[in-house]
Amino acid sequence: MMLSDRTDFTRLIFGRLSWDAIPLHEPILLWTFIAVAVGGIAVLGLVTYFRLWGYLWREWFTSIDHKKIGIMYMVLGLVMLLRGFSDAIMMRLQQAISFGHNLGYLPPHHYDQIFTAHGVIMIFFVAMPLVTGLMNFVVPLQIGARDVAFPFLNNFSFWMTTSGAVLVMMSLFVGEFARTGWLAYPPLSGIAQSPDVGVDYYIWSLQIAGIGTLLSGVNLLVTIVKMRAPGMNMMKMPIFTWTSLCTNVLIVAAFPVLTAVLALLALDRYAGTNFFTNDFGGNAMMYVNLIWIWGHPEVYILIVPAFGVFSEVVSTFAGKRLFGYTSMVYATVVITVLSYLVWLHHFFTMGAGASVNSFFGITTMIISIPTGAKIFNWLFTMYRGRIRFEVPMLWTVGFMVTFVIGGMTGVMLAVPPADFSLHNSLFLIAHFHNVIIGGVLFGLFAGINYWFPKAFGFKLDPFWGKCSFWLWLIGFYFAFMPLYVLGLMGVTRRLSHFEDSSLQIWFQLAAFGALLIALGIASTLIQFVVSFRRREALRDHDGDPWNGRTLEWSTSSPPPAYNFAFTPMVHETDAWWQMKRLGYQRPTEGFGPIHMPKNTGAGIILAGISTVIGFSMIWHMWLVVILAFVALMAVAVGHTFNYHRDYYIPADEVSRVEAFRTEQLASHV
Amino acid sequence: MSMKPLRGPLLATTLLLAGCQTVLMSPSGDVAVQQRNLIVNALLLMLLIIVPVIALTLLFAWRYRASNTKARYTPDWDHSVLLELLIWSAPLLIIIALGALTWVSTHKLDPYRSLDRISAHQPMPADARPLEIDVVALDWKWLFIYPEQGIATVNEVAAPVDRPIRFNITASTVMNSFFIPALAGQVYAMPGMQTQLHAVINKPGQFEGFSANYSGAGFSGMHFVFHGVSEQDFKQWVNQAKQTGGKLDRDTYLKLEQPSQNEPVRRYASVAPKLYNAILDRCVESNRICQSDMMSLDAQGGQGIPGALNVTSLDGVTRERLGLASAPVARYVGAMCSANDPLEVSSARAVVH
Amino acid sequence: MSDTTLAITDTQGSPGKLSFHVTGEHHPQNGTLLGFWIYLMSDCLIFACLFACYGVLGRNYAGGPSGKDLFELPIVALNTSLLLLSSITYGFAMLEMQRQRQRATQAWLALTGLLGAGFLFFELQEFAHLIHIGAGPGRSAFLSSFFTLVGTHGLHVTFGIVWLIVLMIQVGQRGLVPENRRRLMCLSMFWHFLDVVWVGVFSFVYLMGVLP
Repeated sequence: MMLSDRTDFTRLIFGRLSWDAIPLHEPILLWTFIAVAVGGIAVLGLVTYFRLWGYLWREWFTSIDHKKIGIMYMVLGLVMLLRGFSDAIMMRLQQAISFGHNLGYLPPHHYDQIFTAHGVIMIFFVAMPLVTGLMNFVVPLQIGARDVAFPFLNNFSFWMTTSGAVLVMMSLFVGEFARTGWLAYPPLSGIAQSPDVGVDYYIWSLQIAGIGTLLSGVNLLVTIVKMRAPGMNMMKMPIFTWTSLCTNVLIVAAFPVLTAVLALLALDRYAGTNFFTNDFGGNAMMYVNLIWIWGHPEVYILIVPAFGVFSEVVSTFAGKRLFGYTSMVYATVVITVLSYLVWLHHFFTMGAGASVNSFFGITTMIISIPTGAKIFNWLFTMYRGRIRFEVPMLWTVGFMVTFVIGGMTGVMLAVPPADFSLHNSLFLIAHFHNVIIGGVLFGLFAGINYWFPKAFGFKLDPFWGKCSFWLWLIGFYFAFMPLYVLGLMGVTRRLSHFEDSSLQIWFQLAAFGALLIALGIASTLIQFVVSFRRREALRDHDGDPWNGRTLEWSTSSPPPAYNFAFTPMVHETDAWWQMKRLGYQRPTEGFGPIHMPKNTGAGIILAGISTVIGFSMIWHMWLVVILAFVALMAVAVGHTFNYHRDYYIPADEVSRVEAFRTEQLASHV
Repeated sequence: MSMKPLRGPLLATTLLLAGCQTVLMSPSGDVAVQQRNLIVNALLLMLLIIVPVIALTLLFAWRYRASNTKARYTPDWDHSVLLELLIWSAPLLIIIALGALTWVSTHKLDPYRSLDRISAHQPMPADARPLEIDVVALDWKWLFIYPEQGIATVNEVAAPVDRPIRFNITASTVMNSFFIPALAGQVYAMPGMQTQLHAVINKPGQFEGFSANYSGAGFSGMHFVFHGVSEQDFKQWVNQAKQTGGKLDRDTYLKLEQPSQNEPVRRYASVAPKLYNAILDRCVESNRICQSDMMSLDAQGGQGIPGALNVTSLDGVTRERLGLASAPVARYVGAMCSANDPLEVSSARAVVH
Repeated sequence: MSDTTLAITDTQGSPGKLSFHVTGEHHPQNGTLLGFWIYLMSDCLIFACLFACYGVLGRNYAGGPSGKDLFELPIVALNTSLLLLSSITYGFAMLEMQRQRQRATQAWLALTGLLGAGFLFFELQEFAHLIHIGAGPGRSAFLSSFFTLVGTHGLHVTFGIVWLIVLMIQVGQRGLVPENRRRLMCLSMFWHFLDVVWVGVFSFVYLMGVLP
């Protein structure tokens, strides 16, 4: 339908949205839609059939319990992993067949959306939720707190992230996603070059999710600063808490830049400003600088918590204190600070002078010093330990071997003249997948396997966990080592078609690797199902399945809503280890009522309205924008009139829960 | 087949060899050769520490496995000054070496810097004058203008072997990256800005060139051939363009500039004077202010409040004539009379509204 | 944290007697003010980006008008004094709040809101004038960054006023209860923060903008 055919009234309500926006003519999307719709209806039907709506709403969606919010983040991340990975498989398939006369099965219009969506989803809606979820779940338990500092904000942050994810998913079936690459460089992402809705989906999904991330950063920061158990001074914090602290400092100091730069891009597109346009004095290079001032710290936001996971895992499974705790802490802090001084290495080729380039090249290399120190610290934690090769430890060893390769290629890319040859090539792609898969993802899987029993009360099935690990590890090498070689062959990224058929074998190998990774993901899903079915055999009775060292293992699995009946007192870094060693006796009486925050639906409602605002902004549905904005303000203000945000868990109930745990411990000594 | 059992190892060996003979590892231009050497040196320097780390990881993982009860177990040992010194200083030393290498090589291989040698064995002759090639990244093809030879080509570029080349690089609308892997590293091509690349090709041959920065729908087809040829063949190539090619005037350029994909090679026998400057200055259209003029006006404080209304676009007649009637209308600041007008078409200038 | 650390150091000498939990209720410190302060710092970074953009683009007039042509310093000076004054009146509101004098607090808050509204009025008038003469945000990168920086600040002031009204209603309903006192403290930080940002805008954009 042409715009001119439409009445002003329809346009006021529907903006530029019309039936044409539904891609009925694209068979791949149509089938995906049908599959998603059938799957979605099935899930909704099951939830309705088992009358779970009330339960989900009361116990999960409106929950302000950091543990449940953490778990919801993880679910979001894993669901989005499936979407992001299907994009990856589609790209691998296209590149494996699209040679010479064969144009593959994806036209550029579709292919370009896929690689953009893959990057955006994997970073913002897979890695970020998984990392945030892990921190949310673990940090309050590790520091002996009952919840985070701002429990309602925590719920709100989660739903804002989800809202962003919902918008990205909607772009699949209503309109299209950006065709700009995951950082949407202008002028390409400007209104002149990309007039359709793709970039707007990109902007609004990231803006909305970004608010969630920023607020959760503030939240966890205050939690760690203010809510540690008595006795836990900074140098007695568990290392994962330290890395979380640094990560949240990075989030708070980096995400505002993303918000600002995306807002400016949005203004260029919506209000006709000239920040990044070619004419009227705009400067696109400013966007590139600003987005990387956010973007480089972002990489560390992802990897630093993974470092924390590995530190916890290696010391637990080596049965040994972490080697060089102090230098580990300083290394983390140094990485945090330095991560702000390297952003220009993402565009050495943009024409800066030699001195500027070498400055940023050298600062980049300097980061490898604390990172190297960390690797050695893990190495010497293993040295003279008693290493149990449970699944989390496997991921850790896999990480140590894989990550150093990625670190090495990263330093190669940091040498500016070398980068002139390798920039934007598949070598670069191989490098950052090497550190993000080999570092972040391995860390997350180690963390999931490690803390799963704490969250659900039973361990994950080790057989399928090992399958998943080996498939991922081998799949990774098959998928990305060929990309290193292709990079050296001068093959650049984001191509949907090739002329030179001698490259094909490498792409086929990479596609095979992606297939192995697919099986790895399938193994993880099977692992969840099998573990659930075998949950009685895998049950964690005493809350300390791995002979852990930090406070989260001192409480039951899953922990009670209040985490700790009595706030723990801490005397050394490995607090629980010390408690066990000194024969700590768990108190069985003297419980008092516990002050807890109350659930609220405000978070999900606000985020829902934000989704509506985002969607109507994308489609220029101005009337809806205004109405939804008014609704948003009304709900937000209305929420502040609620002064009854907390309640007491009665002492009786605490005693009952604790008595059950006493019984459970007694029967499984 | 008797070959069958051998096929696996054979394939592996072939692949491995292919890996060593990639274009970046065996390039044909001196700049790219130096960049290759740098990549290899950096790699070797880091392998000094990477190999021991990987080996130790696997060794410790094996030796200190829980089932090996003979290995020493020291659960409370968590600190050693000597080791800490070692683990901080070993990476530090390597980074110092690499940092020095980086500083020197970045300055030496700065793409803006004129070459000081033809190759490792050939010094730069005293009278050497670089071949100028102006490069414009268009949607989605490459335009090469040879100011000295007065010709232009699309998606094809040639240069004599062992003669230094200076590429002046810009773009029409979006960011691209100009990259001929066999010749030298890449540099971004950006609208309204000029980057430079100095390079030299040392071996004759046909080499692949392309955009290495995603630029939209036609990106995959945005490649060209770079011919390294003898001085004689280069002259012949230029003559060929002069004889067979058409005229690249401003109108032709404005049409060429419109988005198109998988363009074939084109040659132009003549180029409108100062066309490249006009492209770089964003004033190919006759009624459009040149960026450099605009910037000098801005340096004097703009044109005051009346200047606010000086916004125009290509008029309908011209658009019709150029066949751009259906293309989106670009708005820009209108031209003023100015002394350094690279268009030299002041008489044909449209009225500023 | 340091107070709690001190409390247990004396038991550390004899590990056998270490106590491993707090008997009774443990109340961690309230982190709202710290959290809000961290939020303000992140907001400050947004302004830093906008200032940086203005710094880069602020002289790109694209052949259009410059700050010297457009800015009317007397009005901006009036505007600035309104906002600075509103910070002082907010300060008085906080003093009255400390004394638990609700009506005086409310009166000072109302005055603060009025001054803020006056500031917004003049700012909107300036914007309307600029757009009217063709110097809208799309005319040049200078004007884009000007409107965005000043407009973002104005948007903050707008939300500040909405928040102020909401708080006045809540104080009216419940009095100066601890929750409301905490909220007034947060808004106080927000309001003074906007003042500081405006000092930057006034000097960096307006004063330096009219220089040749």
